[in-house]
Amino acid sequence: MIKEQFPDEVLDIREFRGQVAVTVKKSRILELCRYLHDEPSLFFDFPADLFGIDYLGKKENRFAVAYNLYSVKHRHRILLKAEVSESSPTIDSVLPVWAGVNWHERECYDLFGITFTGHPDLRRILLPEGWEGHPLRKDYPLKGPGPDQEWQGFTDVLDRAERYKEFEWHG
Amino acid sequence: MGLITSPTALTLVEAEEGTRILSPNIVITSFDKIINWARVSSLWPMTFGLACCAIEMMAVYASHNDLDRMGIIPRGSPRQSDFMFVAGTVTKKMSEVVRRVYDQMPEPRYVISVGSCANSGGIFNSYSTVQGCDTFLPVDVYIPGCPPRPEAFIEGIIKLQEKMMREQFHWSRWR
Repeated sequence: MIKEQFPDEVLDIREFRGQVAVTVKKSRILELCRYLHDEPSLFFDFPADLFGIDYLGKKENRFAVAYNLYSVKHRHRILLKAEVSESSPTIDSVLPVWAGVNWHERECYDLFGITFTGHPDLRRILLPEGWEGHPLRKDYPLKGPGPDQEWQGFTDVLDRAERYKEFEWHG
Repeated sequence: MGLITSPTALTLVEAEEGTRILSPNIVITSFDKIINWARVSSLWPMTFGLACCAIEMMAVYASHNDLDRMGIIPRGSPRQSDFMFVAGTVTKKMSEVVRRVYDQMPEPRYVISVGSCANSGGIFNSYSTVQGCDTFLPVDVYIPGCPPRPEAFIEGIIKLQEKMMREQFHWSRWR
């Protein structure tokens, strides 16, 4: 069902029970996505999901950005994984092809630290703005970096609560 | 005016020379009863539903477990409310807002913390969840549950009402 016109980009094609996963290099990802979108027999017009994967220790290229594409017209899906290395965690934004990936790319940036070049408004979407670190990476501690490296906004709230305690009406 | 202690508590009250301590006399206790009853019967909460406990809170407000029969009308604004339900998971990003809303409430004000996440962080012991809204808010009643049943909700409100009924002399400018 999927024939690649970009033979030197494709690294791996797998099929499992009708689901196809294609692993590609990230260098011509925008062109590839545009091809997948425009080609009449493929016509992937619905970006179902875009998320990041962290392969810490398991692969050389640490990150991957996965695009879960669906075609409404032909009713087929494809999972496209673009490998992103840790040394240059950037990839082209596929926003010109599908507008719906705007927030997904922001989420990926927020939680993994993968920068999307060409994205008009790349900033944190889930975590507060001054947050340092990218939590969904495998080396980020689950409970946070520790009470001394807390986010400034939260320590402000705690300080304020402490200061206002003396004015509590029945405290 | 000095400290008011309850007539049954055996605490020693520190008083400077010449301070007159107003003991709970018949006038004050009658006023207490009436004012506390009035406060208790018409509690207006600021509904701060954050997550799934908000759905449960809505269910309690609805007709099957009616809160309106207890005089509880949800007010959308903190300026007009008596107490605040913190229902749901408090994240660090949201904690600022919760504290600000609490600061905007006029006194007398109380906080009921609903559900495991607001009580202690719940099952989310992670980088972004505040482990209990009592880290930055003075909480009066904790309602445990995930989410608490409407009956548990109502019991929590009744506990708050009992707490308010026990108050003494909190209604004048010398409180």
